[in-house]
Amino acid sequence: MRVYLTAARLSLRRYLTYRSSAAAGVATNTVFGCIRAFVLIALWKQKPEINGWDEADAVTYAFATQALIAPMGIFLSGTELGPRIRSGDVAVDLYRPVDFQAWWLSLDLGRALGAGVLRSAPPVLFGLLLFPVRLPLDPVNWIEFAICCVLGYAVSFALRYLASLLAFWTMDERGVASIMTTAGMFCSGLIIPLTIMPGLLGTVVQHTPWAAVVQLPINVLLGTQAGGFGYALGFAALWALVLLASGRLLTSAARRKVVVQGG
Amino acid sequence: MAEPTTADGLAEAAAPLPRSRAEQRPLPGLLAYLLLVRMWSRSASQYRVSLALTGLAQVFTTCLDLIAILVIYSQVPMIGGFALAQTLYLYGTTRLAFGLSDLLASGVETLADSIRLGTFDTVLIRPVSTLAQVLADQFAPKRFGKLVPAIATLIWAVVVLPVQWNAMRIIVCCLTVVCGFVIYCALWVLSGCIGFIAVDAREVANTFTYGSEFATEYPITIFGAPLGLALTFVLPVAFVTWQPALYVLGRPDPFGLPGFLRFASPVAALVLSGLAALAWRACVRRYRSTGS
Repeated sequence: MRVYLTAARLSLRRYLTYRSSAAAGVATNTVFGCIRAFVLIALWKQKPEINGWDEADAVTYAFATQALIAPMGIFLSGTELGPRIRSGDVAVDLYRPVDFQAWWLSLDLGRALGAGVLRSAPPVLFGLLLFPVRLPLDPVNWIEFAICCVLGYAVSFALRYLASLLAFWTMDERGVASIMTTAGMFCSGLIIPLTIMPGLLGTVVQHTPWAAVVQLPINVLLGTQAGGFGYALGFAALWALVLLASGRLLTSAARRKVVVQGG
Repeated sequence: MAEPTTADGLAEAAAPLPRSRAEQRPLPGLLAYLLLVRMWSRSASQYRVSLALTGLAQVFTTCLDLIAILVIYSQVPMIGGFALAQTLYLYGTTRLAFGLSDLLASGVETLADSIRLGTFDTVLIRPVSTLAQVLADQFAPKRFGKLVPAIATLIWAVVVLPVQWNAMRIIVCCLTVVCGFVIYCALWVLSGCIGFIAVDAREVANTFTYGSEFATEYPITIFGAPLGLALTFVLPVAFVTWQPALYVLGRPDPFGLPGFLRFASPVAALVLSGLAALAWRACVRRYRSTGS
């Protein structure tokens, strides 16, 4: 266990070193939060309530999604494992006397914590100052939100790990990873809240694993999740288990069958 | 030579005798650019499956914003006073102009990395236009994928828009795409210049390019008057599609700006390109290598 904690700690420390780059990321997230907030405000001006959300919920959502982008790694194509499989460096990783999946989870967890510490609060605070952002005061909402974020992170990691592992078979994970990033951007609710998607499209996207990454934690924070915290918890935990287990199966298949690239 | 690592210093070191400009640069910039584009395309086509999948991903990514617009209009008939067909026109022209600039000029995105790693030095010692080399860097044929939904949406909008398509409207529509393309290219170059000043600022540069692209997909009225005017006169992206689109759609200016601005896109494009060229020269001159 200690080795994983150390790996996570060192990965966190590495992330915290690049503070100016994090500041640039914060600026970007804030600007995009504003643009998305303006679009949603224009929509809510025409229709003051959509599926139980008022304008303040929508604007809060716009900035909260920007806060979650970096820690949840929505724009990351896979994990840092993918390029190592492509280059053959993964041979060294396979030698390590640690659990392969847990090792990559620790490294990615350090990155996510660093991103959360440096990049999550500023966009929301900016929105709080200049836009009608409304955050709950009840600590229960925040505790439930934190639990949903942890599970959402587990789902996000499991998905990206699977995308990276495919490189063992396809040699170049970038194609699969870019398709997954695109699907993730849309299905997580980053582009447009899943709650306002109509009909069948809405039903489908609210059941993909990505819904657990951004939309469900924010729903729980706003207190608008249908079925409440219990549903969000069960949904995210189920997807996390299924995807992490698939990752384990695929890892052992790769260990047994695949020849590592090198030269 | 006091500063052997500045651009001038390197050029002098490479050519101690005064020579004509044509001799210093045996390849014209455009030809060099095309040769580099061909080289990168051949490199990308080595991984065929990956190229096809990443190209497909570009098509999907471009469609996402379109789906977002359709989802919004499934809830309400008007956004910022504009109907679906009109917003689709804004989206189509914006995406086409931006897609072309992204295809041909976004090599600038790799500039910050090459400055940080010191590999920009090699760009300077080659007797080829620095801008041509940087624009063509890592040319990605997958970005052709971005043009597909853009063209499809523009055709869709042109068909369903309730406007009389006379010669003038068609000319303005074509000019919108051309000027928009030039404006975005200038923004790419300017965003690249940020890399010379602050190496870590790549994501800030993204706000200018991707951010202004995203902002012009929607009617600028949604940002309110102060920000709308700033997007016209400070960061003049309103000239990419908004102003000429007001003419094509036959609408009065919601901010009460004079009508001649609708035809000012070529001027905005020229001014921005001039600024970008000056900024690029100044930055390349000031460049100091990070190498040890």
